[in-house]
Amino acid sequence: MSSAKDVTDATFVDDVLNSSDTIMVDFWAEWCGPCKAVSPILDAIASEHSDKIKIVKLNVDDNPEMAMKYQITSIPAMKVFRGGEVVKTVIGAKPKPALEADLAEFLV
Amino acid sequence: MRQVIIIGSGPAGYTAAIYAARANLKPLLIASSVEAGGELMKTTEVENYPGFAEGIQGPDLMMKMQEQAEKFGTEIILDDVVSLDLTGDIKTVTLGNGDVHEALTVIFATGSAYRKLGLEDEERLSGQGVSWCATCDGFFFRKKTIAVVGGGDSAMEEATFLTKFADKVYLIHRSDSFRASKVMLDRAAANEKIEFVFNKRVEHIYGDGLVNGLGLIDTVDGTETTLNVGGLFIAIGADPRTHLVHGQLDLTSFGTIAVDGRSSRTNLPGVFAAGDVIDPTYRQAVTAAGSGTVAALDAEHYLAGLPKELTELVEAVSVTA
Repeated sequence: MSSAKDVTDATFVDDVLNSSDTIMVDFWAEWCGPCKAVSPILDAIASEHSDKIKIVKLNVDDNPEMAMKYQITSIPAMKVFRGGEVVKTVIGAKPKPALEADLAEFLV
Repeated sequence: MRQVIIIGSGPAGYTAAIYAARANLKPLLIASSVEAGGELMKTTEVENYPGFAEGIQGPDLMMKMQEQAEKFGTEIILDDVVSLDLTGDIKTVTLGNGDVHEALTVIFATGSAYRKLGLEDEERLSGQGVSWCATCDGFFFRKKTIAVVGGGDSAMEEATFLTKFADKVYLIHRSDSFRASKVMLDRAAANEKIEFVFNKRVEHIYGDGLVNGLGLIDTVDGTETTLNVGGLFIAIGADPRTHLVHGQLDLTSFGTIAVDGRSSRTNLPGVFAAGDVIDPTYRQAVTAAGSGTVAALDAEHYLAGLPKELTELVEAVSVTA
């Protein structure tokens, strides 16, 4: 099980858009194998950089509104939010070094 | 130091592990960090794996193979190999986390990677309507009109699967004959939501933010047409994943790793290859599994013929470790 907090259509504004932190939302689903593979890697990145970035998860089955709003057509999709705006999108399960490289600007 | 390291976690890798573990070779299997289980993790119902008369879900089949490999003592690491030295008596395998593992034999079973169309727009719109995985992404194309490009079994399977979600699926193929098996082709042809588009290749993928259409070129007369679709699934085959062994292992003209006859022996002693990475032709779960068996037996035979100075290294280290 992932240690990341779940966000929903109902909590998205408070937990993500109005947050003063840099937040990465992991859009995932139960039936998505690559989502399960990447989940522990995201947990590891979050715990190693807990002062820089927070990682939360949004289940696209249960929360179609946000999945549609952010035009998710492929998961896992990881979107980094700052000040309510998407500042980075990473698509697909990748090994830890590749994800760290994609997210480098938010981890230092 | 190990007797055998297996690289890859598809049917070839896991079957090699089952055989090597039962032969008490205590294999280490490097499964990859995000693609453990291989291609079958992205499939749904597998109907042609013997022994499962009712069919089995691809991910379930791979979980069972993993369990079976572990049951006999296979150690599995979820990481990626970043470099390999296969040339000496002792092979070294370096992982993404920096760990270096040594072994007397290596079984290379890395499978294949999805082929891309090679269009600029493909990268730009990847994850924004362009996809390589129907089972992962089909959900997002509910009531949409989409296209699948390809002419093999995987294209037929993707198109058929996608009709669960999409209202209409165009199946675009560059000729009017198909590599796909008859059963898969007939199933797609019988599906009312699927429309075949013959003799066209995808030249452009249009869309700003999300895919909204394709530019197609007729492969017979060269005319260009557009097709309005909200998504494109690419299933045009796969290439053997050999980049880790370039310069060390000989390849065939197909780009697969060259092996000696029906064996798994590569050009380097102690290095064996199995599964799709050596197979340009059949590429089935069950042929890969059989190929993994061959590799484990070849590795066992090779180990039995090694001088004591080498095999003792394994025991010496495992006692002190």
